[in-house]
Formats: sequence, structure tokens, C-alpha cells
Amino acid sequence: MLDKNGIAKRIAKEVKNGYYVNLGIGIPTLVANFVRDDIEVEFQSENGVLGMGPFPFEGEEDADIINAGKQTITTLPGASFFDSATSFSMIRGQHVDLTILGAMEVAENGDIANWKIPGKMVKGMGGAMDLVASAENIIVAMMHTNRAGESKLLKRCSLPLTGVECVKKIVTNMAVIEITDKGFKLLERAPGVSVEDIKMATEGTLIVEGEIPEMDL
Amino acid sequence: MINKKVASVSEALKGITDQMTLMLGGFGLSGIPENAIAQLVKLNVKGLTCISNNAGVDDFGLGQLLHKKQIKKMISSYVGENGEFERQMLSGELDVELIPQGTLAERCRAAQAGFPAFYTPAGYGTEVAQGKETREFDGKMYVLEKAFDADYAFVKAWKGDAAGNLIFKGTARNFNPNMCGAAKITVAEVEELVPVGELDPNQIHIPGIFVQRIFQGKNYEKRIEQRTVRQR
Repeated sequence: MLDKNGIAKRIAKEVKNGYYVNLGIGIPTLVANFVRDDIEVEFQSENGVLGMGPFPFEGEEDADIINAGKQTITTLPGASFFDSATSFSMIRGQHVDLTILGAMEVAENGDIANWKIPGKMVKGMGGAMDLVASAENIIVAMMHTNRAGESKLLKRCSLPLTGVECVKKIVTNMAVIEITDKGFKLLERAPGVSVEDIKMATEGTLIVEGEIPEMDL
Repeated sequence: MINKKVASVSEALKGITDQMTLMLGGFGLSGIPENAIAQLVKLNVKGLTCISNNAGVDDFGLGQLLHKKQIKKMISSYVGENGEFERQMLSGELDVELIPQGTLAERCRAAQAGFPAFYTPAGYGTEVAQGKETREFDGKMYVLEKAFDADYAFVKAWKGDAAGNLIFKGTARNFNPNMCGAAKITVAEVEELVPVGELDPNQIHIPGIFVQRIFQGKNYEKRIEQRTVRQR
């Protein structure tokens, strides 16, 4: 079973040379720490920066330079700042190559829910609806089950949707799964996790074809 | 040069009354019009509809207006990190319209640019699209979203001049440029009001035509919400 850093490390392998990548809040933010040094990637944050660098050293924080999680950040050579409409032109116009975000639920048809629990939690969708409606390549980073131990990979989402039929791939603490016309297709297992474990933790249709390899981290 | 400079924040906010619709720039607490917000608190205008990406934190930014119950309705994309906001929303005291962030930016830009509405894929198939016109273009579904109609836009820039020209800094830019000229009156506050002619015309982010009033801001706190550092 992977921890959050393990999930981020596995997703980092999906980041290819020349990609512009938008990272959501939470586990996705950690992905930047594991991207190979020998490839060129630029991270976009929807509040208006391309070419995000690491967090600043203590004493060098600048209130005017933050990411979408409102954390202080730095920029790398070649970075740029822009307004929100331009930022979402990059997103809606499909100039961003890869979107990595968290979710509360994903359905086997690629629907995603991550912004609202009616009556309990309403924080808002932020940029998530724009991102999932537009991106060609969306990877969801999340735990396989919620705190109550219930599956987050469902036949149908029960929570209000963020987007419809948009998720392509899911990386959880247990597995790498691809969304296909027929349901969740199991691609890889996390170290120490069996196919049976994943079946038990997946409410939606799980497709298992042949031998399922363990993740190569 | 058409002079947009006003001497004080009170002059800049002249004409504000109860029940108005206001746009306020900023992302989180970064790039918010701190002086204008403080003046709105002082004026104690009520029943406001505020268009702003976020709602501040409990004791700063729009949180100050929420605390005094001056806001009737918030139109935002993300409202976490604000306990008072959540309380007022769940109790029904505050009307809240949550919309996708890109849609929020574009509804500002559309108002600025003279478009009554536009189609966006964001929110299709979700509750955000309920009651809205949808349409297919080349096999993909889109939602019709309308331009905002606001009385005042309050923006904050890094540098500006009496002609109303503005330059923003870092990610404090965010929604501020999109809100300029998107309301009937745009009020810009700046960290540095410089003499006309000092700003390089090549480097202007927002030309003065989009700004009606500009003033030198004071005492910027520029709070950081999530101070995050790495070890040396």
C-alpha cells in the first residue's frame, strides 16, 4: 500500500518531457517533487503563474507570489505571470497537457465529484470544473477508499458532479486504473496489494485482464 | 492626459450605496483591494452583492464585510478557510452562488469586452449548468454563461499613474485586470502612484481607459494565508 508520497511518485512517471502541467491541491502538489531531473516540464497554477519553482527559503516569502493553494512559492527562469482569464484560456484552450487533481469520488464512466458534500461541506469548485471539462489528459490522485473505508471508485457518483466522463486514469494507494468504455481497467498493483484486495475496495466494475504487474516505483 | 487621480479612499468610493453589486479583485488574500474594503466597512453599506473569487478569511479581506453582515450575496469559486462564511451560508443568512473559476474570470472579461454571454464547457452536466442554455459545438457540449453586470469594480495594482494606467506584480495580478472596465465605475488602488510619463507604455498591463478613479493606497498588510517554506 502506498502513502501520499508514493501516489505522487507513481504519477510523476506520467509526466513527459515538454509537458505543461496543472497540479491540484493536496497529493497532486507533491508530484512536482518526484519529476525526473532530466526532463523539461513547466508547472501552471491557475491563479496566474507558469514556471512554478519550489517553496521559498524562510525569509524569502513574497505575499505577491503564491500558488492556487495560497502557498508561497518561487518561480524558475522562464516563468511568467498572467491574469485569471488568460490562465483559463491556457486551460480551456487545451494548452495545458496534463491535469492532476484529487477527488472524493470517481465513477466507472469517468465522472468525477470533488467539490461539495450537500449539507456538510461546501468549499466550491475553484478551477476544477474548468480543468476537467477541458483537459485531454486528466489523472486523479486519491486514496482508494474514504475515511469510513468505503470505496471511492463507484458505478455512479453519489455526490454533486464536478465533470462528466472526463477522467482517464486514477492512481490510488492501491492501484493504477484506466477508465475504459467497460469500466475501471486495472493496470498495476501497489507493492504488497493483491488483485483481490483491489477488487474488494472497488465498488464499480473492475476489469482484470491477465497478470497485473506491481508498480515500478 | 485625462486625470483619474482622487485624493483619498473616501473620494474614490463616492457614490457607493446599499444593495449595489461590487467586483473585488484578488485570489485568496493576494492582490485584494485592502483600502477599498476597509472603507466599505467604515461606510457600513449593506445588502451588497460581491463578485470575488474568494471571501477572505474570518478577520481579513471580505471576511470583514461578512462579519458585519454587509454582504447579501457572494459570487465566488472557492470559499474555504472562512468559518463565518460557512456559518452564514449554511444558516441561510447569506446567498451564495458558486461558479467555476474560469467562468468567473470570463464573465468579468466579457463585461469588460462587450460580450453579453459566451459558451464554456465548464460545468456541463453538473448543477452549475441547471437552468442554463446548453449547446453542442463539434460534438462537445457547452453552457451559456452571461457577462456580469456590476456597479463598481475595486482592483489593486502594484504601480499606476494619474492617467489610470496599471501594472500588477506577481500572482497578485489574478482577477484584477479582468475586472477593470467590467463595472460601471472601476476604482484602482495602487502601492505606488507614480508621475505620469514614468511608466513605460510597453509595460502597461491595463490602459487607463478601463479605470475611472485611481488613488494611492496606504498601510498594505499583504497577509500570507499559507506561508510555506523549504529548508536551506
